Amino acid sequence: MNALIWIVGGVLLLLALGWAFRFAAQKLTGNKPYFRDMPLGVAFGYVFAAAALLFSVWYFFQPQAVNDIPQPGVIFFRWAVIGLLGFAAASWLFRTVFRNVGSEGSKKLFRSMPLTAAFGIMIIIAYAFVSIFAGFIAPYGQEEILGSANVVAGGNPALGGNPEFPLGTDQIGRDILSRLIYGAQNTVGIAFVTTCLAFLLGGTLGFLAAVLGGWLDQLLSRMVDALMAIPSLIFSLLLMTIATAWAGSEAWLVTVYMIFIIAVIDSTRVFRLSRAVGQSIVVMDYIEAAKLRGEGMGYLIFREILPNALAPLLAEFGLRFCFVFLTIASLSFLGVGIQPPKADWGTMVRDLSQFINFAAFAPNVAVTPLLAAGAIALLTVAVNFVVDWMLHKSSGLKE
Amino acid sequence: MSDLLLKIRDLKIEGRSDETWNPIINGIDVDLKRGEVLGMIGESGAGKSTVGLASMGYTRDGVRISNGSVEFDGVDLVTASASTKRALLGKRIAYVAQSAAASFNPAHKLIDQHTEGPVQHGVSSRAESELDGIELYRRLRLPDPEEIGFRYPHQVSGGQLQRAMTAMAMACRPDLIIFDEPTTALDVTTQIEVLASIRDIVEQFDTAAIYITHDLAVVAQMADKIKVLLKGDEVEEADTHTMLSAPQEEYTKSLWAVRSFERPAKPAINTSATPVVSVRNVTAAYGTVDVLHDVSFDIHAGRTVAVVGESGSGKSTAARCITGLLPPRIGHVEFDGQQLPLSYKQRDKSQLRQAQMIYQMADTALNPRKSIGETIGRPVEFYMGLTGREKRKRVEELLAEIELEPTEYFNRLPSELSGGQKQRIGIARALAAEPKFIICDEVTSALDQLVAEGILRLLAKLQDELGLSYMFITHDLATVRSIADEVVVMKEGKVVEQGPKKEMFKPPHHPYTDLLLSSVPEMDPDWLTNLLQERGVDNIGDAAADKM
Repeated sequence: MNALIWIVGGVLLLLALGWAFRFAAQKLTGNKPYFRDMPLGVAFGYVFAAAALLFSVWYFFQPQAVNDIPQPGVIFFRWAVIGLLGFAAASWLFRTVFRNVGSEGSKKLFRSMPLTAAFGIMIIIAYAFVSIFAGFIAPYGQEEILGSANVVAGGNPALGGNPEFPLGTDQIGRDILSRLIYGAQNTVGIAFVTTCLAFLLGGTLGFLAAVLGGWLDQLLSRMVDALMAIPSLIFSLLLMTIATAWAGSEAWLVTVYMIFIIAVIDSTRVFRLSRAVGQSIVVMDYIEAAKLRGEGMGYLIFREILPNALAPLLAEFGLRFCFVFLTIASLSFLGVGIQPPKADWGTMVRDLSQFINFAAFAPNVAVTPLLAAGAIALLTVAVNFVVDWMLHKSSGLKE
Repeated sequence: MSDLLLKIRDLKIEGRSDETWNPIINGIDVDLKRGEVLGMIGESGAGKSTVGLASMGYTRDGVRISNGSVEFDGVDLVTASASTKRALLGKRIAYVAQSAAASFNPAHKLIDQHTEGPVQHGVSSRAESELDGIELYRRLRLPDPEEIGFRYPHQVSGGQLQRAMTAMAMACRPDLIIFDEPTTALDVTTQIEVLASIRDIVEQFDTAAIYITHDLAVVAQMADKIKVLLKGDEVEEADTHTMLSAPQEEYTKSLWAVRSFERPAKPAINTSATPVVSVRNVTAAYGTVDVLHDVSFDIHAGRTVAVVGESGSGKSTAARCITGLLPPRIGHVEFDGQQLPLSYKQRDKSQLRQAQMIYQMADTALNPRKSIGETIGRPVEFYMGLTGREKRKRVEELLAEIELEPTEYFNRLPSELSGGQKQRIGIARALAAEPKFIICDEVTSALDQLVAEGILRLLAKLQDELGLSYMFITHDLATVRSIADEVVVMKEGKVVEQGPKKEMFKPPHHPYTDLLLSSVPEMDPDWLTNLLQERGVDNIGDAAADKM
């Protein structure tokens, strides 16, 4: 009840401030149309944003520990803000560099690029780099069991850290930094292969259905409908359980089965999209012209349709990659995905998840499972930023 | 109250592209009195619609009014607040868009959309405005005015929808209506009905109007005075009679002269020669419904056969039968005396090569991801087997033939061309196959008149040089007059009349040919009035009912 009074009071106060702000602005600017036609809701929004900003600045500078008891709220908030600003600065720098270096085409591309897209591209390049050169970058092996278990992240011996393991070690003493780096290779690499496979399968069949139509289209579409009707995570879990039994003791076979299972399930979405895109292209007069010229099916699909479908398909590729990646992480979290001792982010989150309980009094300990989860989140956000930007470009929308 | 209803002074409008503001309209003045109709004409891109919208104080997204004033009855709409404009728009200023089909909400009945404005503005109650709507439908000579409002937009024809939209604009008895190309998408016979009803209703209620169009003959019927725009500048303005009889500026004269292009008549056909294409008793169906009934006509070497008719008359279907996209149910097509396989899939390369097609919408006929060089080069490579340098040379020859600078256009994408240039690329692609026969499907109907004339002249030149035969599908009789040798008139999938052009344009006609011919607007401001008297106003209602 008390909280309710506070909230209602706060909103009323902000509304009053918003009205005052608008009134003052109207007087000061001599009734400019922008302020004259401003609804109260917009004025409220401005005041609310200003209040939120002020609160953030105030909260940011609160002490991190009171009487030696750490204040996790303040600490996590500071990390988030510093992270956000750091990434923004890094991507701004990244964009500025590439606006001045490189070929004419790439310079032009970077000049018209929003900061979010630059951030996305930067992160994707970084992930690609890390996963390709994991073996050189990682200080230890992914399966290597080192001296001490449960070393806390941060590398401060006073808090239970060790400078040799900057992100700490897990319960059986494996270096978390190394496992994160190898995890990039395993999780991202497998997700990439799976997505490519899904696109090859779904894209080809989708275009074929669009061009040929008739009974083939009906057959494929109904099959896809049937597959899509089953909740995908449950379905893949079911199939993975069977696959694990088939694979027996061969752990690598489980991974291969997983790639095919996820590829088939995700190819249904790709099929839907490429069929729809293909159908809208097939009715164009230039396709008719090509048909009347006597062109074969291969030319029609790969030379006439594909170039026009590329933009939406690429955008879908980005999104689909995220979903595949999350599915793999989920399956690994549930224990049927990438098999230990191979490092994988989903498995890491599961294995370290109980540390999250320390959040209230030891932020440094609680961060351990969040590192892998953060790696997943960061890549997902980055890919989505790039996809948004590509969609925006291909649809020709203006801001 | 001043005499002037709308006073636009030094209006400048800018559009945003590539991060900068570029001028679209560079200072235009408009004076409009009560009850006066101003015709605004110009090519596409001249800024007609932009000015039309700006006279309601509205601009499209990414466009802004940068200078000047739009005074409507003493209120400056540029600086007016949103609520002031809301009170005026729809009530005292109304807008009729080009495509009524795209402007009506398909989910609501016509009368529901009609009454929305008056009720919203507090002009009348729902019941009153419903009655008024029926009255307006009657005055606009819509068939079955009591019932038509209770249909959904897809249940009435295009011409009727356009009139229903005019009725909707009249619902609040506005002082000013802006008509943005209201008849451009309609057939000639339908256009007449819409024009006549718009003119009547504007006169009856003493409404001022801005009538935007690119068709000079139409504007001559509708407007008291005419303003000519070119690339955002005013060329000239004068009252309709003066403008038509004595245009001052060169540009206006060139617009007026467009319809003068006419090819010299050719000698009579040698009937003993084998025709290039011969359509024999073709009946064709979509699904189970026959859309072509026993159609036969011949196309001789080096001649142009114009196939004329309203939309839905089966012109394009006949073309699809010739190309083999729609195999005829009965009958067949002969090429040089040889019977062609019915479906294009069974025809061999040389049969496909001989008959080429040019499409109405150049936008959809060119693959947007392929450069001009690739588009034209493909048939060269596919049919002639030329590659590398030889192919490039041939493409450049073809570009020169269609009067485009080869080196400049070779690497461009279709999006970097104007509408007329795209249509020329379509022609070049057809020529690349070195055919004997080309089907031109409404090739000029999407183009401005000046550009269209250029295309017609080019086609005529190519025919003289290469001895091509054309099947020219069109609904525009002015085009027929300028390019055709023989004419085939189609209606409801049947050939109504066919013969040499000279005979077709001379009476006596088949009644349908007569209706088509007399419906083509002429550049005479009194043409519509005379025509309506001749036909008797009731006839138009009948014609409308006939079309249902």
